[in-house]
Amino acid sequence: MARNISFTLKYWKQNGPKDEGHFDTREMKNIPDDTSFLEMLDILNEELISEGNEPFVFDHDCREGICGMCSLYINGHPHGPATGATTCQLYMRRFNDGDVITVEPWRSAAFPVIKDCMVDRSAFDKIIQAGGYTTVRTGQAQDANAILIPKEDADEAMDAATCIGCGCCVAACKNGSAMLFVSSKVSQLALLPQGRPEAAKRAKAMIAKMDELGFGNCTNTRACEAECPKNESIANIARLNREFIKAKLAD
Amino acid sequence: MAKTLNSRIPEGPVAEKWTNYKAHQRLVNPKNKLKLDVIVVGTGLAGASAAASLGEMGFNVLNFCIQDSPRRAHSIAAQGGINAAKNYQNDGDSVYRLFYDTVKGGDYRAREANVYRLAEVSNDIIDQCVAQGVPFAREYGGMLANRSFGGAQVSRTFYAKGQTGQQLLLGAYSSLSCQIKAGKVKLYARYEMEDVVIVDGRARGIIAKNLVTGKLERFSANAVVIATGGYGNTYFLSTNAMGCNCSAAMACYRKGAYFANPSYVQIHPTCIPVHGGEHSNQSKLTLMSESLRNDGRIWVPKKLEDAEKLKAGKIKGSDIPEEDRDYYLERRYPAFGNLVPRDVASRAAKERCDKGYGVNNTGKAVFLDFSESINRLGIDQILQRYGNLFDMYEEITDVNPGELANEINGVKYYNPMMIFPAVHYTMGGIWVDYELQTTIPGLFAIGECNFSDHGANRLGASALMQGLADGYFVLPYTIQNYLADQSIWPRLSTDLPEFAEAEKKVNAEIDKLMNIKGKRSVDSIHKELGHIMWEKVGMGRTKKGLEEGLKLMKELRNEFNTNLFIPGSKEGLNVELDKAIHLRDFITMGELVAYDALHREESCGGHFREEHQTEEGEAKRNDEEFFYVGCWEYQGSDEKAPELIKEPLEYEAIKVQTRNYKN
Amino acid sequence: MWLFNSSIGRKVVMSVTGIALILFLTFHMSMNVVALFSGDAYNMICEFLGANWYALVATAGLAGLAVVHIVYAFLLTAQNRRARGGARYEVTARPGKVEWASQNMLVLGIVVVLGLLLHLWNFWYNMMFAEVTGISTVYDPADGYAYILDTFANPLFVVLYIVWLAALWFHLTHGFWSAMQTLGWNGKTWFCRWKVIGVAYTTLLMLGFLVVVLFFAFQDCLGCCVG
Repeated sequence: MARNISFTLKYWKQNGPKDEGHFDTREMKNIPDDTSFLEMLDILNEELISEGNEPFVFDHDCREGICGMCSLYINGHPHGPATGATTCQLYMRRFNDGDVITVEPWRSAAFPVIKDCMVDRSAFDKIIQAGGYTTVRTGQAQDANAILIPKEDADEAMDAATCIGCGCCVAACKNGSAMLFVSSKVSQLALLPQGRPEAAKRAKAMIAKMDELGFGNCTNTRACEAECPKNESIANIARLNREFIKAKLAD
Repeated sequence: MAKTLNSRIPEGPVAEKWTNYKAHQRLVNPKNKLKLDVIVVGTGLAGASAAASLGEMGFNVLNFCIQDSPRRAHSIAAQGGINAAKNYQNDGDSVYRLFYDTVKGGDYRAREANVYRLAEVSNDIIDQCVAQGVPFAREYGGMLANRSFGGAQVSRTFYAKGQTGQQLLLGAYSSLSCQIKAGKVKLYARYEMEDVVIVDGRARGIIAKNLVTGKLERFSANAVVIATGGYGNTYFLSTNAMGCNCSAAMACYRKGAYFANPSYVQIHPTCIPVHGGEHSNQSKLTLMSESLRNDGRIWVPKKLEDAEKLKAGKIKGSDIPEEDRDYYLERRYPAFGNLVPRDVASRAAKERCDKGYGVNNTGKAVFLDFSESINRLGIDQILQRYGNLFDMYEEITDVNPGELANEINGVKYYNPMMIFPAVHYTMGGIWVDYELQTTIPGLFAIGECNFSDHGANRLGASALMQGLADGYFVLPYTIQNYLADQSIWPRLSTDLPEFAEAEKKVNAEIDKLMNIKGKRSVDSIHKELGHIMWEKVGMGRTKKGLEEGLKLMKELRNEFNTNLFIPGSKEGLNVELDKAIHLRDFITMGELVAYDALHREESCGGHFREEHQTEEGEAKRNDEEFFYVGCWEYQGSDEKAPELIKEPLEYEAIKVQTRNYKN
Repeated sequence: MWLFNSSIGRKVVMSVTGIALILFLTFHMSMNVVALFSGDAYNMICEFLGANWYALVATAGLAGLAVVHIVYAFLLTAQNRRARGGARYEVTARPGKVEWASQNMLVLGIVVVLGLLLHLWNFWYNMMFAEVTGISTVYDPADGYAYILDTFANPLFVVLYIVWLAALWFHLTHGFWSAMQTLGWNGKTWFCRWKVIGVAYTTLLMLGFLVVVLFFAFQDCLGCCVG
């Protein structure tokens, strides 16, 4: 049975990338704890709208932890205090009566704020466009079983491919580094025979783009790995480093 | 004079139609491709794969999505898998069998030629995706693994954990990204299509809203492809993402594209039930993959008193021993058991709950139990298969299905999941011919957005197959047949009066919404619409209920038009305004579903009319009178009832019979 | 050149110079331990490493490594702060997995450099530098043992050296596996191995230094007890 909790919500309001931004505060009363965090924000918005105010803006879409649209930095954690879960998979039972819940946007130079807690993550698309693919013409592929792939490799590639591109790693990193994101894509394709022909080119192109877009340098703090909603491992980053160094040494 | 539809099905036996078509269709030479622009709206499996393929072929593609990135499209949430007739398992699969299962699963309401083509290209999809680096599950020998899905007696479903849709979409997204980098595709993210522009009777562009600036922009092209998904969110609560909407499809419908079979709405049997009863704040429903039915067994208590105790919270599911459990799917459908198609499983759950055997505090849930398979295969094996789904379930409900809960007479019982049907997919959609072209020349519809391949019910793991088939292998061919003679026309200027007028109309609509200045939020009205849809146009429909539903929706439209409140202004980002536009179209869509459901005096697939059922409660089709695609034509105003046009179905390869999953 | 203008390249420079410095520390520690057993033997090493051309070249190389390591550290930190952006989080939390040292490498590095300056002033200035320039010193520049006795007779220096070693310990426990990670010699299995190896190695290294400091700080006491 659900219990009801009341708490103070501090949420970030900002009108655009250039705007200063500030926190608004609201007392939330009697929220059932089987409400999801985003449903709680829906309640907030219904209240705001009923008072004639503009709603609090945040990105969200699938609400089942896979699209990577939701962001929100909640009480010092990207995607909130739960581990291995996105903001939309966070439920109010994680919080207690009387808590102060602080909601902030992803803060990183590469992710400018659009409005409130909605940020622009198109930099990630640009990194993928730099090389996060195999060049394959539609309809010209050989039979899917023509190249056998050991189960271990396929499974590890799958783990790397699980990344949802939410940007949590950048938000969590004190350096604003996108290495976990980039390394997940590089690892997935580096582990599969289909990705090998372009592996060196890919690692170099994606890193160059990542640097160009103003992401920071990885200093191996592991904050990305600790906060990643899909439990991506920094073993991927080691693999990316390896691929990159090998590629550069071969030049 | 009765209007007729030309479905342009090629000549010849069903197995040779596609080959014949490809051999004789018109092509566009490489030079001319450079002169041709194609707008693709949507970046899901169908949209992204089409945009990528068209770009790679040499066309100039303008690709639009409402999310911040193409990778967020809701195809990403598909869990279970994708079907293909590879027969890697040596269990007797073939193109014909996949074709047959899909037609049968669709309750003999799909177009035969389209389905055969779908089955035919299914194998190419798997090859294509593997080449892209999609990490499908594999066996120890390095071969691709398969699992079985509802409505089939073979294992033909390829999967990547419980995240197949994600992996396929990321594959298509990566190909799209490759083309964006090559400059062949121009991406417009956080843009929403508001209207299609018709010049000289052909679709020649769109009006799109930049969701960040709020500005309307005009885009012209030689053809427009919409790949904007289904209309499940008409029901407010569904497994669709929050942003899924039918506004692009409705814009096409209002411009004259026919809407086919809107009443075919798929209710998925295995979703997490609504929490919190009547005044719930729930915003969406979470699907638990159909793959769970491979190893999970669905049951309710045999005794009513047990169901009462469960509802009151006095006992838990694991307290009920084996002999007091009613595995009703295995009982009613011995041949397919828990793997009957979705419509059948959903109705059977509703039947049990209506009789009082429901197990949640609301009485609206059944159990999905893994005790037997955990005891047989061990918990590790089960967790390897469904671990992420178990985690997802626990996060939402606070119950761990992998946890040993009870032992009765030496039998170990684990916590069962609670599930209930929820709106999931819409088989109906914009009417298209064999070439995926709508009734407006130059306007194409692909993926869930069109109606063509699933008939009255879609089988599991077939949506991904259809989206990618349309985008990679069908549209890139058929659109050339249309574009072949279009390169002689110069690029159209967006200053043409047709564009100006379309933009002006969209602008006026937006002003109208902004100026209502009533009291109610968009969501509060949308919830009401959802309630009407679920109660009156949901799983069990009646003539009386549908008529009531139509009346209530008319009243709701009035409420919407007079009492809606949108804060802020139309300049800049305004989430509420965009939601209001969607809701305006959902109301029209809801009526369309109800009109179609009301006219279709039979039960088939996702459409169940309580007046038309057998004594055993099975759906009763009426092939004499309703063996056709029901298409609806807009009559110039949302207030007016649409007009029905029929596309008769002709089956040559398959004998139409009653669906049987019992033996 | 990728070592200057790519993020991974810059980190490779940090890793390689870091590993080289760890190797130097290993050598230095081994040399120090000699002092525990024989002042003469220790002085022999000091003389060997005096103002000879190979020792000078090695010292210059070493200084170069240190300078590159430090310059790159500031460069990386500046870039990282820019990447983070102007706005700071209102609430921050450090997840359990994240080591304190890993997020404070620059601060630790600065403490290490300050310790290094003290150390250079205590020893190198009076020894190699004096020998080369010929400035007058209290003890003979080749009499390193005398300088050890002199320095650690002062309790303030003892405390400062201990603080220095502690900072170095934190810096290296993260730096060691981090270097392996950056060079790509890591993975799921090796992650724990490198961490254990790193902590064990660093601890032994620092104990080696610490023993010398403590031995000479409490030499008199020890003498009393034994005597």
